[in-house]
Amino acid sequence: MDPKNGSLNPMNTLLSPLSLNKRRRPKETVIKALLFFCGFFSIFITLAIVYELAKEALLFFQDPEVTLWGFLTGLTWQPKIGQFGVVPLVTATLVTTTIAMMVAIPLGMAVAIYLSEYASTRTRNTVKPIMEVLAGIPTVVYGFFALTFITPTLRSIFGPDVVQIYNTASAGLAMGILILPLIASMTEDALSAVPRSLREGGYSLGATKLEVALRIVVPAAISGISAAIILGISRAIGETMIVAIAAGAGPNLTLNPFESAETMTGYMVRISGGDLSYDSIDYNSIFAIGLLLFVLTFILNIISQRIVRHFREEYE
Amino acid sequence: MKQSPLESKFCENLPARYRTGGIWRSVFIISTLTGIFFLSILLLKIVNDSFGYIAVEYGIAPESLAVDGVPIWELPKEDLVLLLQKNVTPGRFKTLVKELPMEERNRDDILAIIVREVVEPKVAQTWTLAESIFNKQEIVATVQENYPDAELDFKAWLSWDFITSPQSSDPLYAGIRTAILGSLWLMGVAIIFALPIGTGAAIYLEEFAGKGWLNDLIRTNINNLAGVPSIIYGILGLAVFVRAMEPITSGAAFGYGLTSATLNGRTILSGGLTLGLLILPIIIINAQEALRAVPNSLREASYGVGATKWQTVWSHVLPNAIPGIMTGSILAFSRAFGETAPLVVIGASTYIVYDPTSVFSKFTALPIQIYQWTSRPQDEFRNLAAAAILVLLALLLTMNAVAIIIRNRYSRRY
Amino acid sequence: MALLQTSSSNILESKNLNIYYGNFRAVRDVNLSIERNKVTAIIGPSGCGKSTLLRAFNRMNELVPDTHIEGNVIFEGQDLYDKSIDPVEVRYRIGMVFQKPNPFPKSIYENVAWAARIHGYKGNMDALVEFSLRQAALWDEVKDKLKQSGLSLSGGQQQRLCIARTIAVRPEVILMDEPASALDPIATLKIEELMQELKKNYTIVIVTHNMQQAARASDYTAMMMLSKEGERSGTVIEYDETNTIFTRPKNKQTEDYVTGRFG
Repeated sequence: MDPKNGSLNPMNTLLSPLSLNKRRRPKETVIKALLFFCGFFSIFITLAIVYELAKEALLFFQDPEVTLWGFLTGLTWQPKIGQFGVVPLVTATLVTTTIAMMVAIPLGMAVAIYLSEYASTRTRNTVKPIMEVLAGIPTVVYGFFALTFITPTLRSIFGPDVVQIYNTASAGLAMGILILPLIASMTEDALSAVPRSLREGGYSLGATKLEVALRIVVPAAISGISAAIILGISRAIGETMIVAIAAGAGPNLTLNPFESAETMTGYMVRISGGDLSYDSIDYNSIFAIGLLLFVLTFILNIISQRIVRHFREEYE
Repeated sequence: MKQSPLESKFCENLPARYRTGGIWRSVFIISTLTGIFFLSILLLKIVNDSFGYIAVEYGIAPESLAVDGVPIWELPKEDLVLLLQKNVTPGRFKTLVKELPMEERNRDDILAIIVREVVEPKVAQTWTLAESIFNKQEIVATVQENYPDAELDFKAWLSWDFITSPQSSDPLYAGIRTAILGSLWLMGVAIIFALPIGTGAAIYLEEFAGKGWLNDLIRTNINNLAGVPSIIYGILGLAVFVRAMEPITSGAAFGYGLTSATLNGRTILSGGLTLGLLILPIIIINAQEALRAVPNSLREASYGVGATKWQTVWSHVLPNAIPGIMTGSILAFSRAFGETAPLVVIGASTYIVYDPTSVFSKFTALPIQIYQWTSRPQDEFRNLAAAAILVLLALLLTMNAVAIIIRNRYSRRY
Repeated sequence: MALLQTSSSNILESKNLNIYYGNFRAVRDVNLSIERNKVTAIIGPSGCGKSTLLRAFNRMNELVPDTHIEGNVIFEGQDLYDKSIDPVEVRYRIGMVFQKPNPFPKSIYENVAWAARIHGYKGNMDALVEFSLRQAALWDEVKDKLKQSGLSLSGGQQQRLCIARTIAVRPEVILMDEPASALDPIATLKIEELMQELKKNYTIVIVTHNMQQAARASDYTAMMMLSKEGERSGTVIEYDETNTIFTRPKNKQTEDYVTGRFG
């Protein structure tokens, strides 16, 4: 019995004879276009960032008191007397970043090596969530911590005359703790990605656990680790609230971490938090510094991605 | 058999190598403990600052307000009303009556008003929880020496009143209600904006887009955006939402608030959209992972019965990816909840006591409140900041816990 | 519409079919005519391109990027790869059952009904679901639990569910890519019995690495082998009635394979 006829086939009524031709499906096309727009939107955001920063920064540089050379190399920032040198702000950023990295890199890597090479699963399952919590604490809380705990501690260790109330050391230390989980988790990912066979090769030659870890695994993961460090630096440069609360207001060209100084981000927050008229040179200066910040972090992020991509082929 | 010259060298080294290994192992463990150590100190410090003794001095001593020797705490309501009327300016009394007539207020309410506006307590000094517990004698002595007229109370800065009171310039009465509501409104706008667009972008990149240069560009771009410092988003929001789109974001284009003298673009709408832009890359990347985790066999099964791409995505892929997308959204949500810098740049209000009523309201947010209080030098503001931080951390912890529960509950099913 | 000359007993035909992944030619010069209402098996050692060939018949190969074909695949007189033909339309007329059962994570009822619904079926859905499940020899086992998840069934039942949902959209041809390789022997036997029933109404093309299965269950068999010279592409070296292939194969390589000398 051919079920194509007769009551056995409920689908009798439906299908037209073999028309396989392309149907126009307008709904599919519309939806695909909508989704593409969503994806393209992200490019739009980047373009908007670059455009806005460049536009206002241009206004800044067009002001007769400002020159690009003076901006990039000038050693004082005092708008009232027409000085617009960005070096004090950049120095402060570098000082806080360096201190932060001095904390985050050794500790972060140590934690990562411990978790990846030594720790039992139970330890790992306890420590990893703690790291995630540390990473999830808002930066404003770290700022509070820096101002109300780290600074008094530093002052009691080194003396209140040496350490000012606002100083870049506290901010740097707090930033280090903030970035530590980031470096730890990315480094641990990189270490875990090293194939087991590499470690076994080392053990089979009679190397101790430490030797395998430090001399085989870490060098093999160096690309992932470098990417993590660069990303950490980028994060530190862009960090705002900790320095706004604890590092100080007012540009100050100094390498002494116990003095107060203002970073690029701290400056942007201070100026924009106050009363702003839209066409003043102060307003425009925010964008100029913002542009510098954006370019720096952008370059660092690209370098980090390139390193990962370039070295990923090595043992895959 | 003669020992080879190398063999003896090998045995000598071993203990030394093990020792080095042991030392380094301790180094690693200590480093790990340091992380835990910091977290503990942080939490302890915050709790420490949230509770403690305070020395309160009064503008007018409550004893002097006693009527016929009966202290104000025991006076009946009518006497209290009379007392209030006598001690505040007529204008102020009229305002109070206009807000809520005296007959409709209860006794405790009126007593509280008297305390706040007539007695006018001021904080002279505060102590931390640890000091309050361990150094009580010293504190009592100090108070008697420096603030003879002051009263020593134990204050829990983190209290129900704290959570439900609006902002106030008086630290004893300040609360975070305005800030919490502001944060919630901002999050709402941010999610409504970012979730659809972000999920759409992720669906496009994972299901529809091929290799081409444009799609690679989009992918790289999203990764870059995720690494841009949050303050840059703030600046972008300032230039675009607050300034360029002022008619829309201030509500003027919709006929809102045209009589207000402070009509500008620094509204919840601007703040929410900026935060939305901030979390958009995070949502996209998370959603991509969720979509990627859906096994390909499901897609093949759907194509095999002659479904189109969108039918496959809508009926099969997306429903399976939703728990992952939700988890990612909640994590993005909690990230945005703690963001401060962009909101400061956008122009969160420094002082606002009214709850937000619409997306065109001025706003403040919980992290902003913490920032402002931390920046004030007086002791009591440090306590307020600590209490607010506790609330913030509790909220974040809850959000993250919810996300983890969702992730665990649904990953078992497939 | 591209109409080519075919004989009416062949429902599906490939002419000089070459299938490429990028620049790599996976399948070379296949000329195969599938007869209506018969079971045709494609056998050969692993990696010789059997699945690739099968997937070309319903354009499932296009889900992998960078693939293209040369030659023709003709179905009921139409060139399947003609520019005017919609692959979506092709895919339910030529249905597919996969190696690992992949029912939708929906109820048993929904698994069968879903495709019919998206193709605009307006008739009695309950009747259609019952009809399909009966044809797949699954109805009696699941008729009381239609609302349960499709994933709650055993492996063999899941595979029959997949067959049921394929049937629900009334294909002409059912392609099966090693349908029983993930199943236990009893479930496998059930599937083979099912194929004999199904071929009354449908044409079945099955890829299998299990020679005994091909010998038991198919009417025609195509033997595929990787070419020895140069590029590693697969081609059909012999195609005949199953009986012939397994008792008096014309090609020496076929003989070596079916007698187990290698493979």
